[in-house]
Amino acid sequence: MRRELRAPGFLAAAGLGLVLIAALPQWAEVYTIFNLSVYAVLATLALSLGLVWGMGGLLGFGQSAFFGLGGYAYAIAAINFAGSGPGLLAAIVLPVLAAAVIGYFAFFGRISDVYFAVISLTVSLILYNLINTTSGAAYRIGQAPLGGYNGIPSVPPLNLPFAGTPLSFEGTFYAAAGLLLAVYLALRLLMRSRFGRVVVSVRESETRAELLGYDVRLYKLGVFLIGAAVAGAAGAFYAAWGAFIGPDVFSIGFAAQIIVWVLLGGLGTLIGPVIGCFVVQALTAWLGEFEGSNPNIVLGVLFLAAVMLLPKGIVPTLRSATGRLMRARAAAGPREPAA
Amino acid sequence: MSAAFLEARDLWRTFGGVAAVAGVDFTLAQGELRCLIGANGAGKSTFFRMLTGQLAPTRGRIRLKGHDITGRAPFEVARLGVGIKTQVPSLFEGLPVAENLWLAARRAQGARRADAVTAELLEELRLARVADAEVGTLSHGQRQWVELGMVLAADPELLLLDEPAAGMTSDEVEATVALIERLRGRRTLVIVEHDMHFVRRIAEKVTVLHRGRVLVEDTMDSILSNPAVREAYLGSRAGGLDG
Repeated sequence: MRRELRAPGFLAAAGLGLVLIAALPQWAEVYTIFNLSVYAVLATLALSLGLVWGMGGLLGFGQSAFFGLGGYAYAIAAINFAGSGPGLLAAIVLPVLAAAVIGYFAFFGRISDVYFAVISLTVSLILYNLINTTSGAAYRIGQAPLGGYNGIPSVPPLNLPFAGTPLSFEGTFYAAAGLLLAVYLALRLLMRSRFGRVVVSVRESETRAELLGYDVRLYKLGVFLIGAAVAGAAGAFYAAWGAFIGPDVFSIGFAAQIIVWVLLGGLGTLIGPVIGCFVVQALTAWLGEFEGSNPNIVLGVLFLAAVMLLPKGIVPTLRSATGRLMRARAAAGPREPAA
Repeated sequence: MSAAFLEARDLWRTFGGVAAVAGVDFTLAQGELRCLIGANGAGKSTFFRMLTGQLAPTRGRIRLKGHDITGRAPFEVARLGVGIKTQVPSLFEGLPVAENLWLAARRAQGARRADAVTAELLEELRLARVADAEVGTLSHGQRQWVELGMVLAADPELLLLDEPAAGMTSDEVEATVALIERLRGRRTLVIVEHDMHFVRRIAEKVTVLHRGRVLVEDTMDSILSNPAVREAYLGSRAGGLDG
């Protein structure tokens, strides 16, 4: 792990990320910065599924549920305690607790992968229906109304620690993009650690990992909890960004969207889901500008094309293409002097 | 408390009313090398799967170094010092060869030794050239070596090898025999093998399983001249026994 800290790839990623974050607000319009902020938040969510599914091999349709729980926990805590600090804390603790309960029964109860996917989807749908029934005035937690299908409006924005002043558009961008970069780099380190390497081995062969003496249940639970924490934090930023959180975060459509980001970007990589999310979100926004067009149909066709042409996703395809190119050059290189 | 290193008593495993293992008694001393033979369906692999904790016995007890390991999880059994090379190689297919070995070494030998053990084994097993290749892209023989390497990297006290020479070239078989000779006496080994030439070269004592039971347990020479064994093998592998 310490080696990874000094690795050129890691340092380059950190440097490039910092430069991008610092430079973008200098020339981009406020509108673009505002949009990029939410892309960064959604990309953090994509990253969390990239970790749990791509690295841990656990396909959950419920990653959005942790995002939604994080958003609601942030909204309720931030409204009641007047500040984003308690909100952020709640947005991480609540999804992690929920993941601990689900994960305990799924992994220690030896539930198969397919049932795990079904259970995670079911949890999302239960939350969706549950929140939708809370529209009456009686449904409130402290000063926060749950709002049912209307959601919770006036969610407090992010503020600097120990200061009441809310962040500006630019400040929110720095926070959201900073979260994405920090999570990405932290997960890169995690995947280099013993824990991360064992998690990947469990994905490859649970049987062999067990025969080597690894308690695979703990590794699955661990990676699931980390994924829930990241998704929860992203949910908090999402609610703070739009000053709103509603039950749509628990819908099937949203759950499916995250899977599309991850698949398009590339399963088994960390940067892939981030790129997949940015590409899909930017395309959706761009297609939305054409009057009379339906972005969903165009996106659906694009996705089908991508799955058929790039079955492994954008990043793995690019990687193997550059790998082939390098090998071809290396193979061609020595021959030249002889000729 | 028994003095045996590994002891199975009246071990049964039934699948839907069919007994794959039907009352096996098996005792192994520390440092012993035992070969396990028997026709297909004799219960060898099921027996192995019970020893590693992958299958819980329907009846009976298994003791390892005085611990009752009956029904324990595979990772717990592995931590007591049991390593297995399965019949169908069980590997981390999508990971490089070196990573496969490292994961085995890291668990059993700790962070300080893991890198060194991995490097040593890559050299020793002639896998250094394919260290960065994904295991899934290797030939069958090389995959066998990777799995053997994983077992060695964990350096267990008890090694269970299920058909270690299957599908290997004659050179590779020679190397496997040499490897087993090196381990003889230093580690306790149980080897399942169909190739009678191979068994003859390495075996001290052979246990013959037949229809889920121990048919006979003796030296290889006595086994070969035992009419009951010939009877049990007749048809499918009688020719193999003469080899």
